[in-house]
Amino acid sequence: MSPALAGVLQLTALIAALALAYRPLGDYMAAVYSSPRHLRVEKVIYRCIGANADTQMRWPAYLRGVLAFSLAGVLFLYLIQRLQGHLPLSLGFASISPDQAFNTAASFVANTNWQSYSGEQAMGHVVQTAGIAVQNFVSAATGMAVAVALVRGFARSRTGELGNFWADLVRGTIRVLIPIAIIGALILVACGAIQNFSGIHEVGQFMGGAQQTNGGAVASQEVIKELGTNGGGYFNANSAHPFENPTAFTNLFEIFLILVIPFALTRTFGKLVGNVKQGYAILATMGIIWLGFTALMMWTEFAHGGAALQAAGAAMEGKENRFGVGSSAIFSIATTLTSTGAVDSFHSSFTAFGGGLQLLGMMLGEIAPGGVGSGLYGMLVMAVIAVFIAGLMVGRTPEYLGKKIGTREIKLAACYILITPTLVLGFTAASMVLPDALGSMLNTKAVGAGPHGFSEVLYAFTSGANNNGSAFAGLNANTPWYNTTIGLAMLLGRFLPMVFVLALAGSLAEQQPIPETAGTLRTEKPLFAGLLVGTILIITGLTYFPALALGPLAEGLS
Amino acid sequence: MNNSVRNTARLLTAGLRALLVLTVVCGVIYPLVVTGVAQAAFSGKANGSEVTSHGKVVGSSLLGQRYDKGTDKQGNPIPDLRYFQPRPSAGLGSNRKATPPVNPQYDLQVSGASNLGATNTDLIKAVKERKQWVATTYGVPESQVPADAVTSSGSGLDPDISPEYALLQVNRVAKENHRSADEIEKLVQDHVQGRQLGFMGEPRVNVLELNVALRDLTQGQR
Repeated sequence: MSPALAGVLQLTALIAALALAYRPLGDYMAAVYSSPRHLRVEKVIYRCIGANADTQMRWPAYLRGVLAFSLAGVLFLYLIQRLQGHLPLSLGFASISPDQAFNTAASFVANTNWQSYSGEQAMGHVVQTAGIAVQNFVSAATGMAVAVALVRGFARSRTGELGNFWADLVRGTIRVLIPIAIIGALILVACGAIQNFSGIHEVGQFMGGAQQTNGGAVASQEVIKELGTNGGGYFNANSAHPFENPTAFTNLFEIFLILVIPFALTRTFGKLVGNVKQGYAILATMGIIWLGFTALMMWTEFAHGGAALQAAGAAMEGKENRFGVGSSAIFSIATTLTSTGAVDSFHSSFTAFGGGLQLLGMMLGEIAPGGVGSGLYGMLVMAVIAVFIAGLMVGRTPEYLGKKIGTREIKLAACYILITPTLVLGFTAASMVLPDALGSMLNTKAVGAGPHGFSEVLYAFTSGANNNGSAFAGLNANTPWYNTTIGLAMLLGRFLPMVFVLALAGSLAEQQPIPETAGTLRTEKPLFAGLLVGTILIITGLTYFPALALGPLAEGLS
Repeated sequence: MNNSVRNTARLLTAGLRALLVLTVVCGVIYPLVVTGVAQAAFSGKANGSEVTSHGKVVGSSLLGQRYDKGTDKQGNPIPDLRYFQPRPSAGLGSNRKATPPVNPQYDLQVSGASNLGATNTDLIKAVKERKQWVATTYGVPESQVPADAVTSSGSGLDPDISPEYALLQVNRVAKENHRSADEIEKLVQDHVQGRQLGFMGEPRVNVLELNVALRDLTQGQR
């Protein structure tokens, strides 16, 4: 069997697994977020929080909950990193410097998991397990909560009430993420991922002597890192490290974990708005883009363009033998089209065109299928824009799911889609004129030196502002400039969009529903899915084409 | 005014309390439960899949290592050609803060890739040099050298080589060990792992397991 055929079969198996999980998981999540009952453990948690989980919140209150909880997360994570040197179980690692601790705290709370540190060289058990892994859960649950609030905005009328943030946060964590994580972690351990607290210890070597190696709670962190589309690796090599991702099967399983909630949320959306076909239209849009990108990536990686890869005979630089080219290509698209950023192969060493696909995937705003929650709300904002454009074309007042898309709604949607490009292009431009920032580029000796170095910086800010967290790791990002600016890009790129999403949700929930007429755009039909794909590609293309031309396009053509 | 300060304080306290209680659930109970079950059910794997040979731990079957006979004057390792050699390893994460150690390859605490781009001149040079080394060392034409023999992996700790790379080393390994090539080739063939379920990943040979078997086979001679 040729590697390409094996790659296609792996993709087929992945799609089949996702299809099997789609309905049960989507329906389950819809039930979780609309159930009037609390579990006993949840009641205990609400009592600890001191919040009444039955009060309904309007959008400002919901947003205040999100922000207060996230602020506590940033402060706590910053603090335990700064104190690491004095904590028990820290494996002798020192406290983290202020700029790096800020960067890491921002990164994990913003569901980005950009890492300017090397896991096995810097972080002990406490920071990894009680700091970082906790944010992997709760930042994902926060994203899902905001998405559900937006869906309620479409589903509800004449109220303005969007649900209760504390209830949504706790339910997402307790009923959705933890059960899947426990099962997933045990599957990973059964395949060879490690799960212990043995810290740094010696392991004997074949030729004699011994080497130091790190033990840790790796499998339990690995599974939520993928499931919550977080992406921060326990080890520097992330999911390429054999202790995080030991076999070809675990590689596919991890890709499945990355994609399963973002795709299934479209079913949840359809259920909650009372028309599952609306969910299918969104699913089709996500699926088309994801499949298209994956096909292109497999094609370019098997073609292995670029002088070094041509000389080697295959695109194996930065890739593991047990995965091979096909499986690595599927992983790299899954991770960049969601907000995950975990890597099982190193993106900087992909073909120039492949690197461009990864960049473009993040630039789409990570909506195909996107991060847990953030993918769905990002896609729904795009749907609002698409409905608006369609409305302009036929001269009718745009409406979506029985709600009028008026001036206020379109302004909020427009603000949403402008935030990330502003952050990405603004910070990249600033880095290009600062001498210190320029010195961090590794690939300055590349043929066509400029373009790859520019790509590294553009990739870093695209990854940060879109909350992806993967890196063109040639860039030395552990400098005060990059730690601070990427930290800001991550926080602003995560929470400003949430402000507009929740405001949009509030505005929609206050409206009267409009009855469907013969002139209503049928948003559950393939025509609309096609329009939505077009809108996404055009908006992203117009925004980023000049920057892409300076980076990967210039490198690929040189 | 006073009221809004109080409300903000109450909200922030709620945020902090929520974080702390969820830290207990997700950061203490969850990892301990998983660790407990993992240690009870799969303790060998949960502790790093260690391989023992004659009662001694010789490494982890999941992590690659080097097979050298000391270093030359510049501190570069000299491969011990009696054993099968692994892939080249960059093994130097770009985030490494300390100055690079002399021999960072297959350092278990410095996982990482070269991160060099497909058009990077250093990478082009490295690939060509490695290709030449493999071709000369094993006496094969450069066109037969497989890609994994001249590229470094993502983790820098890849435990596997392709069956092509293993077979290419057979003659030299046999000669160094004073064994027939057929015998060594059979050993390699016995250690080729196909794709999982026939389609997942790529065929490969675990270098440590192969070398352990090789040493068992040849031990009587040394």
